[in-house]
Amino acid sequence: MGEWKSICMLEDIPRLGSRIVRSTGGDIAVFRTSANAVFALRDQCPHKGGPLSQGLVHGNQVTCPLHGWKLRLDSGEAVAPDEGCSRRYPVRVESGTVFLQL
Amino acid sequence: MGRKRLVMVGNGMAGVRTLEELLKLAPDEYGITVFGAEPHPNYNRILLSPVLAGEMSIQDIILNDHAWYAQHGITLHLGKKVERIDRLRRRVIADDGTGADYDRLLLATGSNPFMLPVPGNDLPGVISYRDIADTDAMIDAAQRYRHAVVIGGGLLGLEAANGLRLRGMDVTVVHLADWLLERQLDETAGRMLQRSLEERGLKFLLGKQTEMLIAGASGRVAAVRLKDGLELPAELVVMAVGIRPNTALAEAAGIHCQRGIVVNDTMQTYDPKIYAVGECVAHRGIAYGLVAPLFEQGKVAANHLANFGIGRYTGSVTSTKLKVTGIDLFSAGDFFGGKDTEEITLNDAAGGVYKKLVIRDNRLVGGVLYGDTADGPWYFQLLRDSQDIHEIRDHLLFGQSHVGDVGHQGHSKAAAMADSAEVCGCNGVSKGVIVKAIKEKGLFSLDDIKQHTKAASSCGSCAGLCEQILSATIGGAYTPAASNRKPVCGCTDHSHQEVRDAIRAQHLVSIDSVMRFLEWRTDDGCEKCRPALNYYLISTWPGEARDDPRSRLINERAHANIQKDGTYSVVPRMWGGLTSAAELRRIADVAEKYQVPTIKLTGGQRIDLLGIRKEDLIGVWQDLGMPSGHAYGKSIRTVKTCVGAEHCRFGTQLAMDMGVKLERMLFDMYSPHKVKLAVSGCPRNCAEAGIKDVGVIGVDSGYELYVGGNGGIKTEVAQFLVKVKSDEEVLEYAGAFLQLYREEGFYLERTCHWLERVGLEHAKNRVVEDEENRKALHARLLAELQDARDPWAERVAGVERNEYEALIV
Repeated sequence: MGEWKSICMLEDIPRLGSRIVRSTGGDIAVFRTSANAVFALRDQCPHKGGPLSQGLVHGNQVTCPLHGWKLRLDSGEAVAPDEGCSRRYPVRVESGTVFLQL
Repeated sequence: MGRKRLVMVGNGMAGVRTLEELLKLAPDEYGITVFGAEPHPNYNRILLSPVLAGEMSIQDIILNDHAWYAQHGITLHLGKKVERIDRLRRRVIADDGTGADYDRLLLATGSNPFMLPVPGNDLPGVISYRDIADTDAMIDAAQRYRHAVVIGGGLLGLEAANGLRLRGMDVTVVHLADWLLERQLDETAGRMLQRSLEERGLKFLLGKQTEMLIAGASGRVAAVRLKDGLELPAELVVMAVGIRPNTALAEAAGIHCQRGIVVNDTMQTYDPKIYAVGECVAHRGIAYGLVAPLFEQGKVAANHLANFGIGRYTGSVTSTKLKVTGIDLFSAGDFFGGKDTEEITLNDAAGGVYKKLVIRDNRLVGGVLYGDTADGPWYFQLLRDSQDIHEIRDHLLFGQSHVGDVGHQGHSKAAAMADSAEVCGCNGVSKGVIVKAIKEKGLFSLDDIKQHTKAASSCGSCAGLCEQILSATIGGAYTPAASNRKPVCGCTDHSHQEVRDAIRAQHLVSIDSVMRFLEWRTDDGCEKCRPALNYYLISTWPGEARDDPRSRLINERAHANIQKDGTYSVVPRMWGGLTSAAELRRIADVAEKYQVPTIKLTGGQRIDLLGIRKEDLIGVWQDLGMPSGHAYGKSIRTVKTCVGAEHCRFGTQLAMDMGVKLERMLFDMYSPHKVKLAVSGCPRNCAEAGIKDVGVIGVDSGYELYVGGNGGIKTEVAQFLVKVKSDEEVLEYAGAFLQLYREEGFYLERTCHWLERVGLEHAKNRVVEDEENRKALHARLLAELQDARDPWAERVAGVERNEYEALIV
């Protein structure tokens, strides 16, 4: 795995919201749940490539803005009966700073 | 202390559905043990007829395979019949000695076929039609023998007879009543059914009683003798004269039974540790034999077993559909009627179509359809909703299915469609794919179909067709929920109406408080309920409830429309479709500066700039210097106008001026769904006001107002609301009508759907007849729109800046 990079403060990501991180390897969506857990997925739905960062976050899931697929934030897996997976990136929060492993 | 122990006796559809519901609510509450007398896991008993008819195999109809039981840690005892319940020690004992202790016991023992008490009813070759073993016996007999007699011309009997005929047997149906399906059909429909079955080679003896069954030389049944002396050759006799709740086990244990195991509204028997569901149950004196009510019972029982304690089962209205391929028949409710009912009938004997609707006090209470059952689900919905039908009475018989009129080649009758025909034009799903999914995956609801096949999950115009396919495939097992009782989403059992009522009655002003008060099952809802709750809060407590951007879907959050590649489109407002050279120049400059790839005129008389990157939105809005067109919102979209008396030689009213006034009054109005208006200056109606939520048509003496029109999925012609004289009145009536919709409409319900639910007369009463109420509604709308803001200007000024800026690493 690559190196850990600081991307923003926790409060820069809205609760139940997300931010886009532009990286050389493509866009990454960083989500914050109501319980303040932070997750990162490749910003591309396995269905038709919709930007997951623009979706609605609920529980540990995000609903894709294009056709409503639901993906699990902790695994990137689509919720049944849909099948597919979006790449997951490790994230950690330390003293309010969010780090992403690229 | 370990988990509690739940034992279920009976491994059929009602019982296993109860377990499924229970596992959804409280997956870890119980260690579960199941006893089933049959050697098979839970299968779809409804589909035994297609198996007999050779259209499906046993494997196709298994609903829960062994892996399902294992996955949920359920101990499964197959082929073991429970013989005794020891209520004192809370233990059940099976015929082979297997025992299981319980904290809660669920009885789902189903029913037994009733065998006529005639001599010879125990001969080899005499069977009932109830399970896989019976079905196998019939398939086997069809290969070896020629003559079959089916005793009983009810649903099961006819399905058995049809299947045996298809397998090549010579089949006679002996029936006691004067016509077939006398509990589901009136005589006219019964005779029509008989004729079409006779055309398929079945024979019928009606009004006949069986005296005895006679054995042949081999000891197997060889003939049936009727009371009038007639003797019919029969190497196979199928008794399908009815079922009896299987209460033997419960009775032996001293549990109160009366035509079924007696339960209360929480599905509890007289022993509080013992629940019962399914065909073995008598609820308020009724034992149900169709699967839909049994699923409702299962849901309630599961709720109580999970210690939620909120569900009540209060009985069901049922509908019937015969599953004989090619025969369309539907009946529901009280289709005979009586002294206090009226009937509307259509009888086209040559065309093979018969429809009868029974009405009491302006409400549909029952009906029979034969030959054309496309509108069956709609009638059934009207019946369950007890909707007042006097407004639609004159065209009730011709149906008004919920089928949209685009996206499926104009098809509106599922039965007539070929398997290859496209049902869902959005997702390319054919009828065959849906039927296959219903059968193989055991789907029972429209939501199941949406999830598994994606049909009806986008624009929804084919939802009505999907419902027809569902009801044709699984028959009476399909029951739509009453429309005002449909839950908002999977996070709750509460309906939209209940949520609205609670928000008002309890003065709830935040999404959190609604979810807490109504005991939402999820922590923060989902993409369906959160936007709805956000709307209900703001429309009920304007100024008090705060908008939650995280509960807006992306378009309303970003104030632009997301496109398939993740870019956005921008539609600036052009009041009444009017623009100026200066605006056009700025639009052209923006298009060049931001290299906008596509510029298009919209249907609402505006200009759409497509392909704009999200980071550029704020710059685009700033450079345009025009307010948001709200082309992305559940809100006022446009007021389309013709050139009116300003220019047109035929114009009678200043259509553009009126349109601009309306649009300015309604600017930034948030509503259950999008709202479109139009103003035409004369009855030539060039602004197409007849398909708008509010359409205004100028006439020489004033304006005519039309409401509830729709030009999308289902073309709906707007209905006349009122004729007024002045511009001020147009603003007042249109405003009051839209405010009523805002206060009463369910989220994502267009004005046409809302009016279909509440009736045009209701809107007329509140808006036209009641002047005081009209003025109050209009005043509330104006008060709310007093602090209307342009979301684009706010964002240019810095609001929600995070939404538009990416992080860079």
